[in-house]
Amino acid sequence: MAWMAWTLPTAIFFVVIASLLVIFTVLAIRFPETPRRGILGIDTTRGDRLFITLLGSAYINLAWLGLALGPQPYALIACLVYAAAVFRFV
Amino acid sequence: MDKTTNQKAWFLVLPVLILVAFSAVIPLMTVVNYAFQDTFGNNVFFWAGLSWFEDLLGSQRLWDAFYRQIAFSAIILAIEVPLGIIVALNMPKKGFWASVCLVLMSLPLLIPWNVVGTIWQVFARVDIGLLGYTLDAIGIEFNYTQNFWAAWITIIVMDVWHWTSLVALLAYAGLQSIPDAYYQAAKIDQASRWAVFRYIEFPKMLGVLMIAILLRFMDSFMIYTEPFVVTGGGPGNATTLLSIDLVKMALGQFDLGPAAAFSIMYFLVILAVSWVFYTVMTNLDKRDAQ
Repeated sequence: MAWMAWTLPTAIFFVVIASLLVIFTVLAIRFPETPRRGILGIDTTRGDRLFITLLGSAYINLAWLGLALGPQPYALIACLVYAAAVFRFV
Repeated sequence: MDKTTNQKAWFLVLPVLILVAFSAVIPLMTVVNYAFQDTFGNNVFFWAGLSWFEDLLGSQRLWDAFYRQIAFSAIILAIEVPLGIIVALNMPKKGFWASVCLVLMSLPLLIPWNVVGTIWQVFARVDIGLLGYTLDAIGIEFNYTQNFWAAWITIIVMDVWHWTSLVALLAYAGLQSIPDAYYQAAKIDQASRWAVFRYIEFPKMLGVLMIAILLRFMDSFMIYTEPFVVTGGGPGNATTLLSIDLVKMALGQFDLGPAAAFSIMYFLVILAVSWVFYTVMTNLDKRDAQ
């Protein structure tokens, strides 16, 4: 795989995404759920909320970098707060 | 009665999954991987961290292309959607002329992008094109290779020419699905033409209209071939839309790292907007079903 120039950080990134997908699949099988309606006024399942979280986190990271708000790892803390909010209220 | 659950049929999807992984997922992962590296050729890569993203987010060139792209998509949607609805409302409902209209409307959709670009490239030229020559003859200065407005008008009219029929056909399909009883009820109530549109036709069309808007948004947001053939992104950078800029960066300058970072941000915008449309669409369906 050397010719594709894979690096450890990208590998970690994709492993995290993949494990999140696996965890949520297992959760969906073990604890089936019905969609619920939150502040956005749309029906969401756990999977939907994960998608909203991941997409939003990408934007948070870009905004953090673009607005130079501080060292990049701190953006992950903002993402975690955002994730908690999404899973609680959306 | 309890149904036995058997999920083994999912294994039948496996070949498709492998194919999609090979042709789409892994290439996308490669783009993410390249976005954090730099190369000078020979397939030797260096770790570049977040620098490409930092450069691009602060780059006026990227933001300009982004605003141009937003403007382009907004303008063509603002023209094509109302125009498509008007065309659909005025198309014959049945009979010989309905078929003739349908065939005529689908013609522009069958023409390949680069051919549409070539048609308009020639059509709008001042020296040999019918449109450009005529405009010049009646005293209107129109040169899309030098004038900002002429270039924009040309690519917008071209897109409207190419894609309005898609909106019209979808809206027409929505209209056809309305039972006659609705119109009869409206007639009994002496509803005005506007009221018929507002309370019968428009709500019934909304579902397909959302699909039309989503398709047109995505296509126009990713548009490359047509403006590239007509203006090549010029005059200057006047019509350099996101994809044209991206190709310049990736293939013209062979800056794989910045181009990959660019692609990711481009993809994120499309993903977010598509998600919004998709959510609105599925919620509309659910409301209709209730």
